[in-house]
Amino acid sequence: MSRPLTIALAGNPNAGKTSVFNALTGARQHVGNYPGVTVEYKEGSVQHHGRPVQVVDLPGTYSLTAYSPEELVARNYLIGQRPDVVVDVVDASNLERNLYLTVQLMELGVPLVVCLNMVDVAEAKGLKIDAAKLSRMLGAPVVPTVARSGRGMDELLQAAVELADSDPEWTPLEISYGTDVDQGAAEVSALLQGPQERRGLLSAHWLAVKCLEGDQEVIAHVEQTPELAERVLPVCRRVASHVRSTMDDEPESVIADYRYGFIMGITRQVMVSEREMRMDFSDKLDKVLTHRLAGPLFLFAVLYAIYEFVFWASASPVVWFEKFFGWLGGAVSAVLPEGVLRSLIVSGVIDGVGGVLGFAPLIAFMFFAIAIMEDSGYMARVAYIMDRVLRIFGLHGNSVMALIVGGGISGGCAVPGVMAARTLKDPKARLATILTVPFMNCGAKLPVFSLLIAAFFARHQAEMLFVLTLISWGLGLLAAKLLRVTVLKGEQAPFVMELPPYRAPTLKGLVIHTWERTWQYVKKAGTMILGVSILMWAAMSFPGLDASQDAAWQARMNAAPTPAARSELASARASAELAGTLAGQAGQALTVITAPLGFDWRTNVALVGGFAAKEVIVSTMGVAYSLGEVDTEHPASLSQRLAREPGWSPLAAFALMVFVMVYAPCVATLVMIRKETGGWGWAMFSLAYNTLIAYALALAVYQGGLLLGLG
Amino acid sequence: MTPSVSLRQLKPGQRAVVKKIGTGGELGRRMREMGLVPGTTIQVIGRAPLKDPVAIKLRGYNLTLRNNEADHILVEPETGS
Repeated sequence: MSRPLTIALAGNPNAGKTSVFNALTGARQHVGNYPGVTVEYKEGSVQHHGRPVQVVDLPGTYSLTAYSPEELVARNYLIGQRPDVVVDVVDASNLERNLYLTVQLMELGVPLVVCLNMVDVAEAKGLKIDAAKLSRMLGAPVVPTVARSGRGMDELLQAAVELADSDPEWTPLEISYGTDVDQGAAEVSALLQGPQERRGLLSAHWLAVKCLEGDQEVIAHVEQTPELAERVLPVCRRVASHVRSTMDDEPESVIADYRYGFIMGITRQVMVSEREMRMDFSDKLDKVLTHRLAGPLFLFAVLYAIYEFVFWASASPVVWFEKFFGWLGGAVSAVLPEGVLRSLIVSGVIDGVGGVLGFAPLIAFMFFAIAIMEDSGYMARVAYIMDRVLRIFGLHGNSVMALIVGGGISGGCAVPGVMAARTLKDPKARLATILTVPFMNCGAKLPVFSLLIAAFFARHQAEMLFVLTLISWGLGLLAAKLLRVTVLKGEQAPFVMELPPYRAPTLKGLVIHTWERTWQYVKKAGTMILGVSILMWAAMSFPGLDASQDAAWQARMNAAPTPAARSELASARASAELAGTLAGQAGQALTVITAPLGFDWRTNVALVGGFAAKEVIVSTMGVAYSLGEVDTEHPASLSQRLAREPGWSPLAAFALMVFVMVYAPCVATLVMIRKETGGWGWAMFSLAYNTLIAYALALAVYQGGLLLGLG
Repeated sequence: MTPSVSLRQLKPGQRAVVKKIGTGGELGRRMREMGLVPGTTIQVIGRAPLKDPVAIKLRGYNLTLRNNEADHILVEPETGS
């Protein structure tokens, strides 16, 4: 009796599967990725009368074919892991289309419980569904639920456990797909009968239907036994050509038509619609929110509001985090003696990781805002409104969210931006989006811009920032187009997408979604970034000054007549020290390449440091231009210094801003690109692609400007 | 019998019955799994601000697809609408 059970949740996207999962498992869950694909799975547990029940949330799918990674993952899990029970979450207000997956689960034969979710929404739409009759017709328990409020969850769990305890056999449903296909299926099925191990635990009929449907996975499986394939595949080809000539259609569409016929046979008997298909509240809202003029305006207002909200809400927590890491650094400094170890821990570990973790509140609020957009159904409208524009550049309506999160209206972060590209199903458009996100003006580039704008464009600060935003969008979209006509050339994947009805998000759902993603960000900061911070610290600390140079500086400082002169010498010493480090030497070596762009060695060091995190650029320039510690938030004094520095001009500053906007994504972003694309290849490509474009642009700006006499 | 036209030619608010899905492959499969099969009644509920994509209602829910995808769907407009 007390054997542990596994329940798998299947269902369409937007059917409330996540709500059911959250209602069943509460906070006892964790998110992971299936190996090799970026499809997430979630596992959680729940106690049923003291007995542990494992709940696995499969990716949301409309079908059980093997064409999208989600479908493949869901199907392979069901076939390979054979969960005790599959709970199919069905949207009662959208029964017909949801039953398409249900029928396929029944054809596969899994022990099934149907969770008839959102019965309240269905009632509000005037739909009456006879759950008992539906249960009889499907031959599976049907439990009406409202997962958002928790209604029916106990009954659902009870039904699932009862079914599991009855040790159900897999009983594949066989429906008619019309005479031609049925005869073909019988023929193929007869060939596939035989040793059990060859077809796993799957029914010969199911495999036969899949072969006729042209399912590549199943056909590849059959082809492993060549003598079998020799007999099976000709039958499939014969049926296909017969169907084509008599019905002018492919077997797979005929099979789909019959599935829908089967479903209509059921829904006609169990569902009564009191009203005809008509405009409901959600449609009326869409009349406004996707209106020709009001729609884009509202979208713009929402995006603007998200930025206002995120920066307003995260302002205090970000300061608390900064204060905490500042305090931590101070406390460690007080305990440890001065030396390499203290420098490593304070400047390398605490400053490095703290700099990234300090952004965590901002990221969390950003994810919270995105979760609201997703859970309310508005995200799909964003894609709907923006698709026509983004398609020109080979992107997809959904790309807009990733680009905005990545800094599209200044101040985002490319790391969550790259993660936000997950909502894209088209692999090439998704890759193009991921590689375009680093072009946006993320929050870490802003201090660099404000420093240089204050120094050289003091009278047009806001205009300049706006121009930079426009440039980043222009460059990003052109870079995407360039990718889509070269390395990512190819047909666009179908857009065909559901516009789910608007729903008020639940706080619980929002909190869970925000927490999952923020935690992924924090985990990454804690590992990869720690290593890179230490490397960058080492590059900017060693070899430093040798003992005799150090003594010489010490002597000069001791001889300084006034405290002011003494502190000036200390700054000069810091600058000399930096020049002697690996990073300093690299910066000097790089002048060969960067001189045509107008960058000197000190800028180069800062740019090398900015590879770890763009925040480092301003602080490193501060040290290099011998100001000692520079406050990143108030770089005013550094900007005055730069404005006086020979070799600097508005033109050089503009070239540098363009370079910083586009060059190498920071390490955190590269790590995320690697994670999201499944390998270092695209991360390295992004590094090279961006840096080359940045170099070409900065070169064109600086040399072009000089020719025009702007220097 | 009204002659069949492509879904792109329907006007907002107009209703029609799907006659044929004239495409296979990934696009055809995607349309079928979303419930676009012959015999389905659809209604155009609107178009995006730049006239593309188009949003339709079928089987009690809303679906959006690009105009060049809608071209493959042959429909028979309901008379009188």
